[in-house]
Amino acid sequence: MPEPVVEAVDLRKSFDSTEVLRDVSFTVSKGETLVVMGGSGAGKTVLLRLVAGLIRPDGGQLRVFGRSIEHLSEEELLPLRRRMGYVFQGAALFDSLSVRENVAYPFREHTSLGEAEIAERVVRNLSLVGLSSEVLPLLPSELSGGMRKRVGIARALSVEPEMLLFDEPTGGLDPTNSKLVAELILQLRGGVCDTAIVVTHDVELAKTVADRVAVLIDGRFGALGPVDAVLGGNDPAVQAFLAGAAR
Amino acid sequence: MEAYLRRTAVWYGGVGLLTGQVFRSLALPPKYFRLVVQEIEVMGVQSLGVALTAAIFTGMVFTIQSAVNMARFGAESYVGPLAALAILRELGPVLTAILVGGKVASGITAELGSMKVTEQIDALRTLGVNYIKRLVVPRVLAALVVFPLLTVLADAVGVLGGMAIMFLERGADIYAYWNVTTYWVVPKDFLTGIGKSVFFGVIVTLIGCYNGLSTQGGTEGLGRATTATVVHVTMGVIVSDFFLTKLFLTLFY
Repeated sequence: MPEPVVEAVDLRKSFDSTEVLRDVSFTVSKGETLVVMGGSGAGKTVLLRLVAGLIRPDGGQLRVFGRSIEHLSEEELLPLRRRMGYVFQGAALFDSLSVRENVAYPFREHTSLGEAEIAERVVRNLSLVGLSSEVLPLLPSELSGGMRKRVGIARALSVEPEMLLFDEPTGGLDPTNSKLVAELILQLRGGVCDTAIVVTHDVELAKTVADRVAVLIDGRFGALGPVDAVLGGNDPAVQAFLAGAAR
Repeated sequence: MEAYLRRTAVWYGGVGLLTGQVFRSLALPPKYFRLVVQEIEVMGVQSLGVALTAAIFTGMVFTIQSAVNMARFGAESYVGPLAALAILRELGPVLTAILVGGKVASGITAELGSMKVTEQIDALRTLGVNYIKRLVVPRVLAALVVFPLLTVLADAVGVLGGMAIMFLERGADIYAYWNVTTYWVVPKDFLTGIGKSVFFGVIVTLIGCYNGLSTQGGTEGLGRATTATVVHVTMGVIVSDFFLTKLFLTLFY
């Protein structure tokens, strides 16, 4: 049985008096892609930020790469974060740096590679996400939304992650770009990084990339299981969400 | 009222925690030292004009006001040491900290706040980067160099400005003026002012960084944070100046 990369038990998280996550439990195994679905404000991004250690849970247990992270300090979390790549909804590229410098950033921070080697790896990562070296000198503000997302993925790949975390990877994209990003996530599983958590409200994306799907409803997983079982099941709350998402 | 007190407590607690984090993260990797040099240029070189212009005019105004009013008591010959003491002990460090600090700290808040609201700080964290070491410590180290240096220059320009106006406006004998000044002013007067500027530099930079890192509420929140920084820096310098003065008078007078 594949080793678990993420194990969450009864996770709880509130902001002020609003309870966003209530007793959420799940496991992500090596080689698996879990898609977490839910409406806007359902707590999908909060769940992803908890896994990355960007925020702390109020209760429950969370193990990432075999280590409990609930009480780790920022300093102790850094080596764990270098094992995962986080792709932000808005890409969160460093706006004063060119595409080249954005993608090269993790190499410069964490390795002692020479300039030639870094340049080679930057071009390789960009080609993995379907971008040519023509974009290298451009600033993030000069890129389209789809290109920004792909540069964000290329930068996340620069930490050479064992797990990728995608926050709404198709959010704000037109259908063509959404399809391209979905295909890209599938391609990455073929060797670059085989484990991922994807949060989205895009049903088509879930069908394309997921091994298992979880649906967050009222801060809890209304359903969690294989794609067909969840998306084709008869749970009324899940079907209501899907009907809304389809509209 | 309760909400205000809570916000205030959170702010002071947050600045205190950030100070602790900075002290724990002071050991920088060698590659970050170029960031310190960059910050010295941004903070220092680009603030030189503001600091020196304020210093020379304040020095001239203080000296001429003192001369006109002390002449009424027949004490005009003591204007030199009076002006020099005021500039070296208070006006130089405090004015430099308020003016340069307001400029530098609001710039830091705007930059870090913008990074916060666009998730660039979180991006750094997810890339395994210690953002305190990367964004805050280089600025604090740069401030430790920049504020004392600017204060030394402001002191010199302020005292010389005062001397110039005394010569031009009141026909003072420059040689006598300088002799009386150097007789009464001792190195301790100069050094306590420089000592204050070190504290002011750290306080100002930490306020700018904390307000930037705690920015919430998008671009509107960013505007609020930047404005708040100018107020916090001014109040921080004025209030801490009183306590530093008391401390230095107790320790060194």
